[in-house]
Amino acid sequence: MTVYTETIFYGPASTRGYPLNKMCFTFNDKAARDEFVSDEAAYCKKFGLSEAQTEAVAARDILKMLAEGGNAYYLAKLASGVLGLDMQDIGALQTGVTKEEFMAKLVAAGKD
Amino acid sequence: MAKIVGTIYTTHVPAIGNAIRNKKQDDPYWKPFFDGFNFVHDWVAQVQPTVAVVFYNDHGLGFWLDALPTFAIGCAEEYKTKDEGWGIPTFTDFDGDTDLSWHIADALKRADFDVVTCQEMYFDHALAIPMELTWPGVQRPIKIVPIEINTVLFPIPSAARCLALGRAVGKAIESYGKDERVLVFGTGGLSHQLEGERAGFINKKFDLDFVDSLPTNPEWATQFTGEEIAESTGTQGVELINWLAARGTIQGDAKTLHMNYHIPISDTAACTMVQVAA
Repeated sequence: MTVYTETIFYGPASTRGYPLNKMCFTFNDKAARDEFVSDEAAYCKKFGLSEAQTEAVAARDILKMLAEGGNAYYLAKLASGVLGLDMQDIGALQTGVTKEEFMAKLVAAGKD
Repeated sequence: MAKIVGTIYTTHVPAIGNAIRNKKQDDPYWKPFFDGFNFVHDWVAQVQPTVAVVFYNDHGLGFWLDALPTFAIGCAEEYKTKDEGWGIPTFTDFDGDTDLSWHIADALKRADFDVVTCQEMYFDHALAIPMELTWPGVQRPIKIVPIEINTVLFPIPSAARCLALGRAVGKAIESYGKDERVLVFGTGGLSHQLEGERAGFINKKFDLDFVDSLPTNPEWATQFTGEEIAESTGTQGVELINWLAARGTIQGDAKTLHMNYHIPISDTAACTMVQVAA
């Protein structure tokens, strides 16, 4: 049960993740999404992302974004709104399985 | 006097917004979920609510980490939505009922709930999707009172506190002098977790135990901390605290008129339920 506690979002993570989450919050606006796409590194720098956060964004490494204080609700604006991934793409990426396997696991949860 | 006509509980998964936009209601993936609203449509036509009081959680549109309330109530004449960056449709705006909002807000503060009052407030899919599901494709005949609960930053308000909040809101509604017919919503849940190595976590047994507890023993969920609820139902499954608040508005026992539970919609165990006073 170590996994779930790591993903519970408390104040210290919110402090660490603030630049990353603040950048994601701007993605509510299309102009911001477009600006990010036109120069990702510059946009990350504009919000003062740490080196580790910037690397995680560049690598599309969602687990690392979470470890660096990213919050799921805000990261979704990056992953879905900017990168065009749906929640099953994101789930598969994080759990190291194919999208089909991830979706099969969801369906199986209904049969228990 | 105002009267609570009942409560509706429903999932608010963002993808539902796209399914509505793309008319996927009869698609095999979506049909088991949307069919759960046939009863809701008939029932709402009978009870004819004039106001919807909606307990929901914002996902970074109306509020964000710069100033994050634990409980916030809208006291606006109109509520706007806008692009929320998730790649889902933008919803329509709503009229507010400021008299009822202030009545509830004042009652909450007098009952020692230190609620944030908002005269301008954006709402996201967590409020809009349940409205779209309940009144599809029609001009909605209601005004709204939104009540937002933090589920982003832990510690989240406890299940006990949310149930008590709902009870205070229910008392406030029942003491309101105008003849409004109030339909209360609790949105979000049930079990799901979007992030981390446990992404895709669903817990059918916990969900069904929770649903079973609501009519006559809503205190059941109050035995758990926010963290324990996250463990059992996923980090986003904690949205069930919105359901507890809505349930609290019915004083005494409730009875379930309708329940539809379906796994999965997106990553979520979807549930729709209608309850009235027993």
